[in-house]
Amino acid sequence: MEYIIIIISAIFVNNIVFAQFLGICPFLGVSGKLSTSVGMGGAVIFVMTLATIVTYLIYQFILVPFGLGFLQTISYILVIAALVQMVEIILKKVSPALYQALGIFLPLITTNCAVLGVAILVIQKDFNLVQSVVYAVATSVGFTLALAIFAGIREHLELMGVPKGMRGVPIALVVAGLLSLAFMGFAGLV
Amino acid sequence: MEKGWPMAKLESSFRNMVVVLLVITLVASLSLAAVYNVTKQPIEAARQAKKEKAIKKVLPVFGQLEEEAVLPPTGKDPVVVYKAFNADTLVGYAVETYSDNGFGGRIQLMIGFLPDLSIYNTAVLKHMETPGLGDKMDVEKSNFPVQFERMKAESFPLAVKKDGGAVDAITAATISSRAFVDGVNRAYETLKAKGDKQ
Amino acid sequence: MNRLEYFSRGLLRNNPVFVLLLGMCPTLGVTTSAINGMGMGLATTFVLVMSNVVISLVKNVIPDKVRIPAFIVIIASFVTVVDLVMAGFAPALHEQLGIFIPLIVVNCIVLGRAEAFASKNTVFSSILDGLGMGLGFAFALTLLGSIREILGSGAFFGMKFIQGDAILLFVLAPGAFIALGYLIALINKLRKV
Repeated sequence: MEYIIIIISAIFVNNIVFAQFLGICPFLGVSGKLSTSVGMGGAVIFVMTLATIVTYLIYQFILVPFGLGFLQTISYILVIAALVQMVEIILKKVSPALYQALGIFLPLITTNCAVLGVAILVIQKDFNLVQSVVYAVATSVGFTLALAIFAGIREHLELMGVPKGMRGVPIALVVAGLLSLAFMGFAGLV
Repeated sequence: MEKGWPMAKLESSFRNMVVVLLVITLVASLSLAAVYNVTKQPIEAARQAKKEKAIKKVLPVFGQLEEEAVLPPTGKDPVVVYKAFNADTLVGYAVETYSDNGFGGRIQLMIGFLPDLSIYNTAVLKHMETPGLGDKMDVEKSNFPVQFERMKAESFPLAVKKDGGAVDAITAATISSRAFVDGVNRAYETLKAKGDKQ
Repeated sequence: MNRLEYFSRGLLRNNPVFVLLLGMCPTLGVTTSAINGMGMGLATTFVLVMSNVVISLVKNVIPDKVRIPAFIVIIASFVTVVDLVMAGFAPALHEQLGIFIPLIVVNCIVLGRAEAFASKNTVFSSILDGLGMGLGFAFALTLLGSIREILGSGAFFGMKFIQGDAILLFVLAPGAFIALGYLIALINKLRKV
C-alpha cells in the first residue's frame, strides 16, 4: 500500500515537471517530437534509478559514517556525471541497439536537475533503499509521461494559428501551465 | 578574445589529468571542510533560536524549561517534550511533534499544552507543503490553526470533519490538514501516555 | 567588444531567462514571492561570479579533456558554500528555497558561462560577465516573483495590500508556467520594437 501511494504520488500528484519544476530544460528542449521525447524519457528512467541507488549507498555508507554530509552536493554531481559516462560506454559495448536509441540523450542528462533533485529528495524524505528505488522509478516514469503528453500537444501546436508573439516558447509554457492545472486534479487521489 | 597567457595550456596526458583532478577535489573538500566548521555554530544557533521562538510562542510566559525525548504511542521517532515552569509551578508543555503524512513529506510542529492538556497555541517548525494551499497551516498565513486554541481533545475530536472529527480542513488541502491534525494528535497522545505512567 | 558590454549584455539583450531560456527550473520553482526570487537570483550570482573567477584563474593548468569535471567540482564547492552560509545566516530563506539551492550546480547558466566564457577570458572580464549574467538572472526572478506575488497573494515583497486571497492560481505551479509564458511573449514583443 505504502509503495502504491509513493508511485501514484510521484507520477501524478507530485509530478516532477508539473508540480516540482525539476527537469524543465529537457522538458522544453526535446519535447518537439513524440519519438525523441520517449527516447529521452527512457534514458532518464535508466539513469535516475541507477543514480539514486548509487548516491543513496554513498550517502548512508560513506558520507554519514564519516560526518561528511556537507560534501553531499559535490559528491552526488560527480557520481552522476561519472555514472552517465559509464552507462554510455557500457551500453555502446553491450547493446548497440539500445545505445542507438538512447545514446544521444545520455550526455544531456548530467545537467538534468531532475536526476540530482531526486537523489537529494530521497534523503530529505527519509526513504529507505527500496522506497528510494520505487520513488526514482515512479518519478522518472512521471517525467516521461509529462514529456510524451507535452510533445503530442506540441506536434499539433505547430499547425495551429498561434499569435505571432506567442509562438515557440511562450505558448509552450502556457500549455505546460494548463497541463499542470490538469495534473492538480489528481491531488485528491492520495 | 583576450591575448593568450604566456603559459601554454597543460597537455591532456593521463598523468596530468589525474593529478589536476586530484588536486582540485582535494582543495575543494578541504576548503569546504573549513567553511563547514565555520558555519556549524551559526547553523546550530539558528536552529536553536527557531525552536526557542516556537516554544515561547506556543506557551504562556514561563521561567525555565525541562527537556525530555519521549517515544510516542504511534510513530517511529521520538518527540521532544519541553516542560515549562514558573518558579515551581508547571505552566504547560511544549511538544515538538511531527507527521509523515504531509503532502511534501514530513512536517514538524511545536504544540503548546496547558497543564490540563488543553491546547494553548501551535507553531509550524518545518514543512514542505504547497505554497498557497498547505502552507496555510502556519498561523501567519491563515486562521486554520486558530481553531485548535484552548481546545481539549475530549470535547474537540482531533480529526478533520471529512473523517468525522471537529477540525475544519484548509480548503483544497485536506492532506496537509490531516497531517497537521496527525501531528497534534501524536503530541496529545504522547502527553497523555506519559501522564498515565507518572 | 568593449569591456562594459560583457556586463550589460547579460542584463537585458542576452538575459539568461527571457532570451537564452536557461535555468528554467529555479525560475519557475522558487518565484512564489519577490523576495524568494531575489534571494535565489543573488545566490546564483555569487556562485556564477566566484566560479568564473576561479575558472579563469586556473584555466591553463586544467587539461582540456577533464575540464568539465574540474569545472563541476569548482562550481559544486561554491554552491555548498552558499548552502552552508545561508543555512547559518538566513535560515528562513534557506528553508523557502529548499532543494533549489543545491540544484544551482546543474543550473545550465553557471556551467554554460564557465565553458563559454571564463575558460577563455581574463579574470576581470569573467567577473563582469558573471555579474552581468547573474544580475540578469536575479532581475528576471525578482520580476517574475513580484508578478506572481502581486497576482497570487495580493502582496509586494511581503506587504499585503489585498485582504484575503487573490488569484491563488499564480502562486501555484500552473501560474508559474503561465506567467512566465506571457512575460517572455511580452519581452519578445518589446525587443523587436
